Amino acid sequence: MANNSNTSNLDSFQKQKNKDEMKKQLISFALMIGFTLIAFAIVASDVISDMFVVPVILLLAVIQVAFQFYYFMHMKDKDHEWPSIMIYGGVWAALLTIAGLVLVVWW
Amino acid sequence: MSHDHSLNPETMPHNPEKATLEGRNKFLGLWFFLGGETVLFASLFGTYLALKNSTAGGVASQDIFGLGLVFLMTMLLLTSSLTSVYAMYHMKNNNFKKMQLWLGVTGLLGLTFLGCEIYEFAHYINDYDFTFRSSAFGSAFYTLVGFHGGHVLFGLCWLTALMIRNAKRGLNLYNAPKFYTFSLYWHFIDVVWVFIFTVVYLMGSVG
Amino acid sequence: MSIAATQKKGVGAFIWEYLTTVDHKKIAHLYLVAGGFFFLLGGLEALIIRIQLISPENDFITAGLYNEMITMHGTTMIFFAAMPILLGLMNAVMPLQIGARDVAFPFINSLGFWLFFFGGVMLNVSWFTGAPDAGWTAYAPLSTTSPGHGVDYYILGLQISGAGTLMGGINFLVTIVNMRAPGMTYMRMPLFTWTTFIASTLILFAFPALTVGLFLLMFDRMFGSAFFDVALGGNSIIWQHLFWIFGHPEVYILILPAFGIFSDIFPTFAKKRLFGYTAMVFATVLIAFLGFMVWAHHMFTVGMGPFANSIFAIATMAIAVPTGIKIFNWLLTLWGGSITINSAMLWSLAFIPSFTIGGMTGIMVAASVADYQYHDTYFVIAHFHYVIVGGVVFGILAALHYWWPKMFGRVLNEFMGKLAFWTFFIGFHLTFFIQHFLGLMGMPRRYWVFLEDQGLDTGNYISTIGAFFMTFGVLVFLYNAIYSWVKGEKAPADPWGGRTLEWAIPSPPPFYNFKQLPLVRGLDPLWIEKTEGNGKMTPAEPLGDIHMPNNSIIPFIMSLGFFIAGFGFIYQTDYNAAYILLFGGMAIALGSMLVRSLKDDHGYHITKEELEREAD
Repeated sequence: MANNSNTSNLDSFQKQKNKDEMKKQLISFALMIGFTLIAFAIVASDVISDMFVVPVILLLAVIQVAFQFYYFMHMKDKDHEWPSIMIYGGVWAALLTIAGLVLVVWW
Repeated sequence: MSHDHSLNPETMPHNPEKATLEGRNKFLGLWFFLGGETVLFASLFGTYLALKNSTAGGVASQDIFGLGLVFLMTMLLLTSSLTSVYAMYHMKNNNFKKMQLWLGVTGLLGLTFLGCEIYEFAHYINDYDFTFRSSAFGSAFYTLVGFHGGHVLFGLCWLTALMIRNAKRGLNLYNAPKFYTFSLYWHFIDVVWVFIFTVVYLMGSVG
Repeated sequence: MSIAATQKKGVGAFIWEYLTTVDHKKIAHLYLVAGGFFFLLGGLEALIIRIQLISPENDFITAGLYNEMITMHGTTMIFFAAMPILLGLMNAVMPLQIGARDVAFPFINSLGFWLFFFGGVMLNVSWFTGAPDAGWTAYAPLSTTSPGHGVDYYILGLQISGAGTLMGGINFLVTIVNMRAPGMTYMRMPLFTWTTFIASTLILFAFPALTVGLFLLMFDRMFGSAFFDVALGGNSIIWQHLFWIFGHPEVYILILPAFGIFSDIFPTFAKKRLFGYTAMVFATVLIAFLGFMVWAHHMFTVGMGPFANSIFAIATMAIAVPTGIKIFNWLLTLWGGSITINSAMLWSLAFIPSFTIGGMTGIMVAASVADYQYHDTYFVIAHFHYVIVGGVVFGILAALHYWWPKMFGRVLNEFMGKLAFWTFFIGFHLTFFIQHFLGLMGMPRRYWVFLEDQGLDTGNYISTIGAFFMTFGVLVFLYNAIYSWVKGEKAPADPWGGRTLEWAIPSPPPFYNFKQLPLVRGLDPLWIEKTEGNGKMTPAEPLGDIHMPNNSIIPFIMSLGFFIAGFGFIYQTDYNAAYILLFGGMAIALGSMLVRSLKDDHGYHITKEELEREAD
C-alpha cells in the first residue's frame, strides 16, 4: 500500500521546511493577538468616535480571520483550490444572507 | 487486515493527512462542510443583527456585556488555535507523543473557554434576569453564542474520542486525516469566535 | 468478505442487505422507492385538493383538512419526492459517469438516505395526530401560532431530512472532485455530472439557512423564545428571508439536475454531440450564481420598498439569459440529428415547450410591479407547476426511462411508457394551463372553496379533470415499473447506443462498477471509442485488487435515534415523560456516532483472482 512507493524519508530538508512554516505560524499568531488587543483597546478607550469604531473593528476581524484561514488552515498552500472556492462561495452566500437580514428586514 | 498503516519515521509521507484517497476525501469533505457552516453562522449573525436592539424594554447589550471576561475567553480560544497548529506541526514530524500533548493543551483551553461561557450565561441569568425568553434580543444572543458553544462542546467530545482511541497505537495513515480534520474544525470555531467577539460583544458595547 | 458472501440468500438477507448497504447503486434504489412512495402520497393529496375544488362551495373535505392537504402536498413533493428521486438518480448514475467505483463517503451516503427516510416518515406520522396546516412555506406568525403539533412535525421532519440532504451534497462534491477516472477532466464530464456538482454546491450553501430557520421556529414553538414574537421585539419577516434564502436555491437544486438529464438524453437519441457543451456548463454555473441573489422576489408584496424590489426583479430576469442559452442549445442539438423517439425522448421533447411556458410566466411574476396583481393567486400556482412538473417531473420520468435498464437491468415497456406520457402530458396542461386564467381572474391560492358564478366554475372543473388524467398516467407508469420487474425484457449493457461511461459496463453494473478503471480520451468517452477505437473503453490500470467499504447498520440506527428524539422534542411541551424519548433518542444517535468513530473500518479487498473468476 502507501508505505513504500510514494513516500520518502522525513529528511532534514523537510524538517527544516516544517520549522520555517512553524515560524510563520507564530508570526501570524502574534499578529492575531495584536489585532485582538487593538480591537479591544479601541472599544475600551474611546479614542476613536463611535461612528468609526464599528468599521475599524470589523476590518480587524476580517484581517485576523484571513490569517487564520491562510496560515493556520493552510489555505495559501497548493491543493487548496477547492477549499478556497467553497469558502469564498460560503462567504458570498453569507454576505447576501446578512445583507438580506440586516438591510431588508429594516427597510 | 492485509496491510498495516502504522508508520515509522523512515516511511513518513510529508502530508500524512493527504497520503490516502480516504484522507483526501476527508480533507475536502470537511472543508466543504465548513463552507456550509459559514452560511449557517451567517444566518445566525444576520438574525442577531436584525434583533439586537429588540430588547422589549428589558436589558440591552450595553447594560450587561463585560469586556474583561470576553477578552480572557478570546485569548483562551486564540491560544488553543495555536496549540492545535503545534499539534499538526508535530504530526508532520511524526512525533506522536508531542502531538498528543499539544492536542491535550488544546482541549484544556477549549474546556476552560466553555467553563467561562457557562459562567457568563449563568451570570446574565442570575444577576440580570436576562434569559432566552426575555426578549427577541435574548433569544438571538443565546442562540448565536450558544450555537458556537455547542460547536466547541462537540469539538471537545470529538477530540477526546480521537485522543483516547489512538493513545496506544500512535500515528498512522488511517488516523492522521482524522486529527487533521479536527484541527481544521477547531480553527473554524476560532474564526466564528472572532466575529462573535467583534459583532456581539465589541459592537454591543459601543452601542 | 468476498463476492459470494454478498450475494443474496433469502428475504431476510435481502432486507438486511438493503438496511446496511453502502453501495451507491443500492442506495439509489432505496431513494427511488422511498421517493416514489412519497410521490404517490403527494399525488394523492393533490388529487384530493382538486376534487375539493371541482365545483363551487364543495364540502368534500373540511376547511381544516384542506389546509393540511395543501401543506402536506407541497412539503412532500418538494422535500420527500422530487429531492430524493433526484438524489437517487445522482447516486445511480453520477459515479458511473465519472468512472468511479464508489462515492467518496459510502457510509455518509447511507446515513443521508436514512435521515431523509426517517424525516419523511416523521412528517407523515402527523396524519395520525393532526398534520401541519401553515402552508409548505410555514410563514410566521401563522406557523408559530398554529395549534396542535402539526407544525412541530413539519419542523422536525424537515430538520432531520435536511441534515441528510446536506451530507448527500457534500458527498457528491467530494466524489466528483477526487474520484474521476484517469482522463476525465472537468470539461469532459457529462452534463448530468456537472449539474449534480452544481446542485450539490447549492445544497451546501442553501440548506444551512433552512436549518437555522427551522431551529428558530422550533425554539419559538417549543422553548418559548421570541424570534417571531412581535410582542417581545421579534420580527416575523426574518423567517421569510431565511426560508427563501434557502427556498429559491432549492428550486435550482431541483431543476438543474433535470437540465443535466435532458442534456444527456438529447445527444444520445439525436446521435449528435451536445451543442455548445462549454456554454451549457457555464450557463449552469451562472444560473446557480444568480439563483442565490433573487430570493426576495418571493416577497415583493412584503414591503421591502421599490429599491430592493427593483434589484431583485432585475436579478431574477437575468436568469432568463442562461436558461435561454440552454433551451437554444437543446434545440440545436436536435437540429439535423438522427432522432429516435421513444418514451425517454418524448418526456424530453415535451419538456422544452412546457418549461418555456413556465419560464415566460416567471418573467411576468418577476416584474415586481405586476407581481402585486399575481401574488398569492392561481397564476403563481400555474407558474411554478409549469416549471416544477414541466421541468423536474418530466426530467425525472425521462431519466427513469433512460436509465431504468442501467439501474434495474430491465427495459421499461415502450407502449406503456408512451401511454403514460400522453395521458400525463395532456392532463398536466389541462390542469395547469387554465389556472393561469383563474389566477388572472382573481382566484386566490390556498382557499378552501370558491363561490358560484364568478367565472371560476368551468376553469376549476377542467383543472380537476386534468388531475385525473395525470393520475391515470402515473398509475400506468407504476404498473409499467412493476411489470418490468416481474417479466420485463432483460437489458443489454448499452440499449440506446449511449455515449457516456455508464453504458460501457453491464446492466445492472457489478457492485464494484469497473473491473479496471477506464481511460477517458474526451467528451462522450464511449462514443469516441465506438467511432475511433474498438468500441470498448481502454483500461487505465492493470487488473488488481479492488478496495471496497464494509456494509454497516449504524446509519440506520443513528437515524432511528434522531427520529425517536424528534418525538421527544415535539411532546416535551406536553408530557415530561417525553424527555425519555428526547434523551434516549439522542443517546442512540450520539452513541452510534461514537461507535463509528472508535471502531476502525478499513473495508475489504476483492482480490484479483476473484475478479478473474467473474464471467465477463
